[in-house]
Amino acid sequence: MPVSRPSHLALGLLCCCSALFAVSLVDAARLRQQRAGSGQEMLALVRQLQLTDLCLFTEARYTRHPSQADLHSAFQDHPLALEHFPSGSLLLPPATLSGHHERLDRETEVPD
Amino acid sequence: MNVWIEKQKYLIDFTLASLARRKAKNLGLLLVYSLIVFLLASVMLFTHALRQAANELLAGAPEIVLQRMVAGRHDLIPPGYLERIARLRGVLEKQGRLWGYYYDPVVKANYTFMVADDRLLAPGTLVVGAGLARTRGVAPGNLISFRAYSGKLFTFSIADILPAKSELVSADLVLLGEADFRAFFDIPPGHYTDITLRVANPLEVRNIASKLAQQFPDSRPILREEILRTYDSIFSWREGIVLALATLALLAFAILAWEKASGLSADERREIGILKAIGWDTGDVLRMKFWEGAMLSLSAFLLGYLAAYLHVFHFSASLLAPVLKGWAVLYPRFELSPVIDGLQVTTLFFFTVFPYAAATLVPIWRAAISDPDAVMRG
Repeated sequence: MPVSRPSHLALGLLCCCSALFAVSLVDAARLRQQRAGSGQEMLALVRQLQLTDLCLFTEARYTRHPSQADLHSAFQDHPLALEHFPSGSLLLPPATLSGHHERLDRETEVPD
Repeated sequence: MNVWIEKQKYLIDFTLASLARRKAKNLGLLLVYSLIVFLLASVMLFTHALRQAANELLAGAPEIVLQRMVAGRHDLIPPGYLERIARLRGVLEKQGRLWGYYYDPVVKANYTFMVADDRLLAPGTLVVGAGLARTRGVAPGNLISFRAYSGKLFTFSIADILPAKSELVSADLVLLGEADFRAFFDIPPGHYTDITLRVANPLEVRNIASKLAQQFPDSRPILREEILRTYDSIFSWREGIVLALATLALLAFAILAWEKASGLSADERREIGILKAIGWDTGDVLRMKFWEGAMLSLSAFLLGYLAAYLHVFHFSASLLAPVLKGWAVLYPRFELSPVIDGLQVTTLFFFTVFPYAAATLVPIWRAAISDPDAVMRG
C-alpha cells in the first residue's frame, strides 16, 4: 500500500488539526495560570480604589462607566437624539432599567 | 471491520481526487468557510473571556454605591449624607468617593480623575494609568499640565505609573490627592461624587438599599450585583455587536449552504451519472459525498477555531480592537485569561459543521436515486 495515499494525507492533516485543538485547551490552562497574577493585581486595585467598571470604552462618560451612568444618558441631549458614539451600539442599557416600572394596568378594576 | 475501513479510505481517495479537479473553487470554499468560523469563534471566545474577567474583577467592586440625582442627572452628594447613612443599622463602612471626568484637548482623550485616599500622594503629584502615560508620552518625574474647568492651569508632577498589566481597569486613571482634586474641579469641602458602602451581612444588601432609597429619595443606590449584571448583558451573546456579527455570519453561512443545497453543477451531475452507470450504488455515492462534506466542514471548523484562539489569546484580539475602540483615543492594552466554554464550542460546531454536511447530502441523494441515463443527459 503506497504511503502517500491522499486519504492518509487528509486524515493525517485532520488528526494534526484535532491534536492542535487539544493543545489549545492545554495552552488555555497554561495561560490562565500564567495570567492569574495580573488578575489578582487588578482585583487588588479594584478593591483599593473601589472601582466599579472596566476601562474598555473611554469615548463618553456613560460608556466609560456604564454601571454608574445616568438612567437616560444615551438620550441626554434630546429624547429622540440618536446615539452618537460607536460603543453605544455595543452597550445596551442595563437589563435592570427596563424592570423598574410596575405594571399597573392589570390592577385597575374599573376601566377608565 | 478492516474491509469497511479500507472501503472508506478508497472513498476518501476518490473524494479528494474529485475535489482536486475543482481545486480553486473548493479551496475558495474552504477559505470562506474557515473565515466565517474564525469570525464567530473570535467574537465568542473574546466576549466570553471578557465577561469572565468582568465577573472576577468586579467582584471586588463596592457592595453599594449611592448616587444623588438632580433633575435626572448625577449630582454631588452634599454634606450631612455620610453622617445620616452612619445611623443606618447594618452599614459596616461608608466612604465618600471623589472622581470625575476630564477631557484632555491635547490628545483629545477622556480621563477619569480619582482621589486615592490610601496612596498618600503628596500635593501636586499624580499617579497615572499606563494607557494615559503611553498616549500622553509621560514618565515618572515628568510635569503635566491640565486646564481646569475654571480656566486655571494646574501643573502636576508624575509620581508613578500604574502597572501596565492592570490597564483593563486603570488605563485612563489619574490618581491625585483630595486637596488637589477639590481645587482642580472646584468642589467645596464636604461634597462627594458618590458614597460607597460595605454591608455587614451580604444578605442584607437589598434591605439596606431599600432603606437608603426611602431615607434619601433623591438618591439612587447601585448594587454590586447590578454592576455585574450590566457587564453580563453587555457581552452576552444575545446583545449588541455579538448578535449583529453572529447574525451576519450565519446569514453568510446560510447563503453558502443554500448555494450548495439548491443544485449541483453539470459536472457533478455527470460524475454521479457515470459512477452509477459503472456500478456504484446510491449508498456509495452518498458515502462519498458525506466524506466530502465532513472533511471540508471539519477542516474549516478546526482551522477557523484554531486561528480564532491564536487571534484572541495570543494576539490580544487585534482585529476586534477597532470595533471596541470606537472613537476613543485611549484604549487599554490587555491580555485576557482564556476561558473556554465547552457548551459554546459545541454549539459553534453543531451550527457550522452539521448544516453544511446536511446541505451537501440532500441534492446528491436526489441525483443519486434518479436514473443514470437521465442524470448524465441533465
